[in-house]
Amino acid sequence: MNHNYQKDISGCGLTGLISKKRRRVSGSTIVKSLCLMNDRGNGLGAGYAAYGIYPEFKDFYAFHIMYDDASVRFSAEEYLKSNYHIEKIEEIPTSPVKAIPISPLLMRYFVSPLKDRLVGETKPDDFVVNTVMKVNSEIEGAYIFSSGKNMGAFKGVGNPADIAEFFRIEEYEGYTWTAHTRFPTNTPGWWGGAHPFTLLDWSIVHNGEISSYGINKRYLEMYGYKLTLLTDTEVAAYMLDLLIRRHGLSISTACQALAAPFWKNIDSKEADEAEALTALRQIYGSALLNGPFSILFGHANGLVGINDRIKLRPLVAATKDDVVYMASEESAIRAICPSPEKVWSPRAGEPVVVELSGC
Amino acid sequence: MLEINATKLYYRDLNAMIREAVAKGEKEIVVKGVNGQYYIGDGLVGSSMITIEGVPGNDLAAFMDGPVIRIKGNGQDNICNTMNSGKVIIEGNAGDVLGYGMRGGKLFIRGSVGYRVAIHMKGTKKQSPTIVVGGTAGDFFGEYMAGGVLILLGLDAEEGASLAGDYLGTGMHGGLIYVRGEVDPNLCGAEVGIGELDDEDMAMLRETLTEYCKDMSLSLDDVMKKGFKKLYPASLRPYGNLYAY
Repeated sequence: MNHNYQKDISGCGLTGLISKKRRRVSGSTIVKSLCLMNDRGNGLGAGYAAYGIYPEFKDFYAFHIMYDDASVRFSAEEYLKSNYHIEKIEEIPTSPVKAIPISPLLMRYFVSPLKDRLVGETKPDDFVVNTVMKVNSEIEGAYIFSSGKNMGAFKGVGNPADIAEFFRIEEYEGYTWTAHTRFPTNTPGWWGGAHPFTLLDWSIVHNGEISSYGINKRYLEMYGYKLTLLTDTEVAAYMLDLLIRRHGLSISTACQALAAPFWKNIDSKEADEAEALTALRQIYGSALLNGPFSILFGHANGLVGINDRIKLRPLVAATKDDVVYMASEESAIRAICPSPEKVWSPRAGEPVVVELSGC
Repeated sequence: MLEINATKLYYRDLNAMIREAVAKGEKEIVVKGVNGQYYIGDGLVGSSMITIEGVPGNDLAAFMDGPVIRIKGNGQDNICNTMNSGKVIIEGNAGDVLGYGMRGGKLFIRGSVGYRVAIHMKGTKKQSPTIVVGGTAGDFFGEYMAGGVLILLGLDAEEGASLAGDYLGTGMHGGLIYVRGEVDPNLCGAEVGIGELDDEDMAMLRETLTEYCKDMSLSLDDVMKKGFKKLYPASLRPYGNLYAY
């Protein structure tokens, strides 16, 4: 038998952790976890999202923007300056990495919407969402890839260790972290297409394929979202913003819309619950994410892990003290937590919802 | 005996060391500090005994033909894919898609397993694979099963809790599934019959579970205290007429 046959192993890998007591953990921890699953990706995308990293600017939206070309920066900043108070502008600190010879220009802005630009009932969050959509769809070569408060996404084309070194991830400390290594299957491997995908403080890392992308995209476009990043996962981030922030669904109800129970399971429920689930499926039929997925989504107040309805992608969870871990593989958790108190595999479609304790 | 410290060893290097040792005739190998290394024991032939300390990575014992692997921890996904002979003993829990297309040998798990375990497991007149799960199983247990024996014990399950998930044995057209306790017919596909065990079933079950209990240091009497139900294919060719007319 020839054992020298070499094959790329397919399947994205994801990992995340959350300290419920808001203890800030160094980025080196999540990097170690993700790097254990290096072979799940193929070097065409890796990224990290962290919450609690900008305490000194926690009241400002932190925009991370990638520019294909330095000249694009001018038009984007013109637009920002006329709509926002800009507390601070800086390049996102990076280190030279041999494996990443080219990268977009990466800038960071701490901003707040100008009061006189918030006309009528417009809330600051809506204003920011509009800005993200406008910049990403109208300013050629400029992408706001992170727009939340006291959180940030760092991502690009490279493997987990190189992207971490490039963005100096070990210098950040956060109480919630998610991370992803990518094996792009249907869509291009480019800087904007790496995970996490974010909007406001929603961040998504995803393993799988959202085959309902077309339906989800058209549905989101009716609410003003513009899908510009050429990758299915983008719909999940905007869907959470729509369902939870704008429509006011609870996290668990939103999860039931994204990974709706099958009709036969709804039929077996008590009448009240069956009626509620039926209504949810009818109203949010276009929000259903079809196809295989395991997803971690971070937000200002917690971390959620969820699988598709028949568990076509792996997800393992574990706890130790006040920290909850979730990853594609148990060994990725044990790489940073050798002796967890509890390890389990969440059931299909049943979210693991973890909330941070009070501020 | 050969002892390998796998801490920080890349899976290719670790597997090369194991293969080299087996090729040299090493009968007992202990691998310590394993965490996430893929493909351990894949395609391995012979009669070596390999002990794994830690959590091995995905695709352990695929196409394995002979050796015995004991995992002193949890297993991950895709263990015993198309395994031909030999045995894998897992002292903890294990993940999804175990024993996919397995065609011989044994897979014993002390704890619970994930989704799609023993999908399309198959047997021939010459050999038949066996999987024993000590805990509970997720959905699609024994889906499209074509041969072999699956035993689900639910040893630590709460009284009245379902031991298997949905789509139990869906599409089954060969082999047998034994469940310790009652089976909810609503979980099973239309292709599955549920019945009582006869003397032949009991003799086979006792023989297999004697070996399982010895491997897991359990009491056979305790395991046999509770009754079993047998799941069998209602038809050997459920779709035989699908394209006939």
